[in-house]
Amino acid sequence: MVVRFWGTRGSIPVALTSADIRDKIVQALLKASGRSFASAEEACTFTREELPFSVNKTFGGHTPCVEFDLGGDEYYVCDMGSGARPFGAHLLARQHGRPATVNIFMSHVHWDHIMGFPFFGPAYVPGTKIRIYGCHDVLEHAFRLQQAPPCFPVAFDQMAANMEFVQLAPGKKQNVGAVSVTPGLQLHSGDSYGYRFEIGGKSVVYSTDSEHKLDDVDETRRIADFFRGADIVIFDAMYALADAISVKADWGHSSNIVGVELCQMALAKHLVLFHHEPANSDATLERLLMETRRFEELTRKGPMLTVSSSYDGMEIEL
Amino acid sequence: MSLAATKNGNALILGLKGRLDQDNCDEFRDALAPHLDSAGRDRLAIVLDLSQLEYVSSAGLRCFMLAVKQAKTYDGRIVVAALQPMVAEIFQISRFDLLLEVFASVSAAVNAVSSLPPDTPTSPA
Ligand SMILES: [Zn+2]
Ligand SMILES: [Zn+2]
Repeated sequence: MVVRFWGTRGSIPVALTSADIRDKIVQALLKASGRSFASAEEACTFTREELPFSVNKTFGGHTPCVEFDLGGDEYYVCDMGSGARPFGAHLLARQHGRPATVNIFMSHVHWDHIMGFPFFGPAYVPGTKIRIYGCHDVLEHAFRLQQAPPCFPVAFDQMAANMEFVQLAPGKKQNVGAVSVTPGLQLHSGDSYGYRFEIGGKSVVYSTDSEHKLDDVDETRRIADFFRGADIVIFDAMYALADAISVKADWGHSSNIVGVELCQMALAKHLVLFHHEPANSDATLERLLMETRRFEELTRKGPMLTVSSSYDGMEIEL
Repeated sequence: MSLAATKNGNALILGLKGRLDQDNCDEFRDALAPHLDSAGRDRLAIVLDLSQLEYVSSAGLRCFMLAVKQAKTYDGRIVVAALQPMVAEIFQISRFDLLLEVFASVSAAVNAVSSLPPDTPTSPA
């Protein structure tokens, strides 16, 4: 299985500006300091091996959309943020006209998590089966509402795919195609749900838009149990801890520090920072990753927890 | 958790020992409560001496924040001082170094809180 990140930004899509690109080029040129490269390949090797991620690449700006690629004609994806547009294009290219089934698991229906659906190509292709799973009773209403006039020119019912909304119950394990999934209630405005997937002997937790209050030992244990032993935990690390529990308390998000602590408690194997703050630059996000790894090292008691920061286009093979 | 208390001029110095995490947050809060009362009554600033504190978790950091908030309700002031390197790093990574007043040493903290007591009139009435 490949976990593929199509959108990793929180709240609203962002894009690099001209000034950002110029700054990256300037830094790369300075680092190269007059060296010349015989081929594009050699130049590529230089960028890969000698430039930091924040100069060489970008975390990207699409809002949440994470695919579990199991091969075949059936697709599994969490959330329909703006990353759903490139995901849809990828899917159509891969299917070559063969009909697909797309299973979509919705954390909640805030705008940043549904905004990509009107631009999700497969939804316009007859013969595509789209099943939208979630625990909110407003799930279907929200999808229809964002495409209702005067906000969008194409109504939900005009999309050609075969659509079905499927209600899931928190805490109840259910089989969907080749995966088994258990939703878990999370603290967020209007509620959100994390999903624990068991896929071919591996477990992946998708836990975004989730605030952790830290004063309730039982709640902390409940979350740690949900993460227990997971191979990957995709975690809302939008804010610094100091902000998350003071000026941004009750905004419904968490921090890198709490992500590490919960994963350590749960003996999870790989923490992936997710739902990046739109105001954070590539350099800031890269620094946050380094600091998170350092925090893990400082507080490690058992086995090492791998820490990554998700970026649009990242793939993790499992 | 016991807090060793000493008074120095305008400051009440409280020493923390060991670890502060979700397991002993309540204990810390209970131990701090009488000192908050007396600091409020006697118009003292509280200096938390962290030189013996080996580890603080997110829940522990939250306790510090709540204590500072509580002190503010009576115009009081709580600062932290003498962080061990690991705790100092945790403060930095969590950005608590921007949320709380952090001093390199207890004496620096005592000087800072003594030079400008919260309610000192700046001109003769
Ligand atoms: Zn969100
Ligand atoms: Zn949300």
